Amino acid sequence: MKILVPVKRVIDANVKVRVKSDQSGVELANIKMAMNPFCEIAVEAALRMREAGQADEVIVVSAGVSQCHETLRTGLAMGADRAILIEDDQDLEPLVVAKLLKAVCEREEPGLVLLGKQAIDGDNNQTGQMLSALLGWSNATFASSIEVNDDHFKVTRELDSGLESVTANRPSVITVDLRLNEPRYASLPNIMKAKKKPMDKLTAADLGVDSSPRLQVVKVEEPPARQAGIKVSSAEELVDKLRNEAKVI
Amino acid sequence: MTILVIAEHDNSELKPATHNTIGAAGQLDGDVHLLVAGSGCASVAEQAAGIPGIAQVLHCDSVEYEHFLSENMSPLLVSMAGNYSHILAPATTFGKNVMPRAAALLDSQQISDISGIESNDTFVRPIYAGNAMATVKSNDSVKLLTVRITSFEAVAETGGSAEIVTVAAAGDSGLTAFAGADISKSERPELTSADIVVSGGRGMQSGENFPMLESIADKLGAAVGASRAAVDAGYVPNDYQVGQTGKVVAPNLYIAVGISGAIQHLAGMKDSKVIVAINKDEEAPIFQVADYGWVADLFEAVPQLDAALDAG
Ligand SMILES: Cc1cc2nc3c(=O)[nH]c(=O)nc-3n(C[C@H](O)[C@H](O)[C@H](O)COP(=O)(O)OP(=O)(O)OC[C@H]3O[C@@H](n4cnc5c(N)ncnc54)[C@H](O)[C@@H]3O)c2cc1C
Ligand SMILES: Nc1ncnc2c1ncn2[C@@H]1O[C@H](COP(=O)(O)O)[C@@H](O)[C@H]1O
Repeated sequence: MKILVPVKRVIDANVKVRVKSDQSGVELANIKMAMNPFCEIAVEAALRMREAGQADEVIVVSAGVSQCHETLRTGLAMGADRAILIEDDQDLEPLVVAKLLKAVCEREEPGLVLLGKQAIDGDNNQTGQMLSALLGWSNATFASSIEVNDDHFKVTRELDSGLESVTANRPSVITVDLRLNEPRYASLPNIMKAKKKPMDKLTAADLGVDSSPRLQVVKVEEPPARQAGIKVSSAEELVDKLRNEAKVI
Repeated sequence: MTILVIAEHDNSELKPATHNTIGAAGQLDGDVHLLVAGSGCASVAEQAAGIPGIAQVLHCDSVEYEHFLSENMSPLLVSMAGNYSHILAPATTFGKNVMPRAAALLDSQQISDISGIESNDTFVRPIYAGNAMATVKSNDSVKLLTVRITSFEAVAETGGSAEIVTVAAAGDSGLTAFAGADISKSERPELTSADIVVSGGRGMQSGENFPMLESIADKLGAAVGASRAAVDAGYVPNDYQVGQTGKVVAPNLYIAVGISGAIQHLAGMKDSKVIVAINKDEEAPIFQVADYGWVADLFEAVPQLDAALDAG
């Protein structure tokens, strides 16, 4: 089985994001970028399947500006076998990414696509579900465990109400949640090795997809700020404030 | 224009998130219809018909909807979409799972987690864990939206009498099957709709210390939540997680105990009306958003708070 893992380049989770003064978006110049944390979990899951003999090839794919090749190198350094860069300078919306990935799936015919449940920049939580729809494949979202069986995957899903398990026919699109695994770090020798691994380059045109956005971004603003309040020094004082000042208990 | 809201329910009753989603739909121009798709869910349709402001309840009852699998729900939505300008679902794990699959089939770019409605085609939503607010305009002929439920008032549960219309089922895709569930059972209010939430973080040190918080929660009629660190460490189940990638809450009172206040946690609770933080580190970022901060060791502070609540 081949596994395709779409990975997104995003602002590092530890960076404080700033809105641009012209309200056109957030500041991306000279900002530390990284692989979306959920995508790291997806790469790790794919590698473990290959290491367990359940998969023979792991392909990482990223769509976006040319610097996405760095994100792909990270995936290769973690252990993926090869990479596909779909280079495009537009702001790629989930539906566009899903269409691009569908075209890649038609070329590569993977038995499984593993994606993050959510990219921490747009917080959309859409791409995997959309890809599964376009392919007409089964879909299991928010996976906290994945068992590979001959004709199906058994997936535990993290829901608002607790956990649910489903069986999903192969091939499938699965999106991963935080508790699936702890991703490995790339070792120095593997970072060196990754430089020699193959990376194909494609464009949206090669894949026959119109990558222009559907949504118009009217503006991007700072959220209303919250002010720090006061310090209390005893339980009695706190209860008194909550009862008589804030009136919330 | 007519607007379709997808009800979230468990085949016996509506989830509170549905009422907030209808609240959002009420800000758009047009009649609101409510789809109740499930299995053996006639009582839910009855309950839905009582919600004031609903013009029609569409009841689709068939075994393939019992577990709300997206592969079965999405063709149903596609079959109905032609009649609607907007389709809304709550931005819960239910809506997040089902809606994008339908959006792709309809070739519509969904707008996730809207927190504001500017007009029939323009919506506000948080991005980057709520560090920025984006206003976006959609030109898609049918707009699919998931709704941040804490940003919209819930509608009343009774007082209306909508007509219930039966809708034909769209078939079983056979692609996935439900294989079991481990549903958290609790006598406490639901986290996302509770008036008061008491959350614990890594500072709690173990799941065995959570009863300290539960005792306070029970005195206040509160729900119990947690940070990702507390969930990852196995202190409490996954459905307790508050934050960017967990649940979003906005109660009247949020009490954060042993939680540092990472941006991903704040994303899930900073719209709370009043925030209390108990943390032994006075530099903890949670104090920057707390209305009442108490720098203390939680293992002393929490029992004292418990006693002070008893003291009338
Ligand atoms: C992709 C991604 C998604 C994430 N999603 C979420 C999310 O949805 N929700 C979420 O919460 N986090 C999320 N996180 C994690 C987040 O970045 C933080 O790591 C997490 O919130 C920290 O949890 P914590 O505050 O409990 O732990 P810590 O940061 O370790 O803080 C523990 C706090 O307890 C205090 N403490 C310790 N002992 C005591 C004591 N005896 N008395 C009083 N205080 C004490 C300490 O001073 C400290 O401030 C996410 C991270 C990533 C990368
Ligand atoms: N531009 C992209 N390139 C590759 N993968 C992506 C891209 N955008 C989204 N994805 C994948 O889709 C997941 C969910 O993203 P989203 O739907 O944007 O929240 C991510 O974790 C990635 O696995």
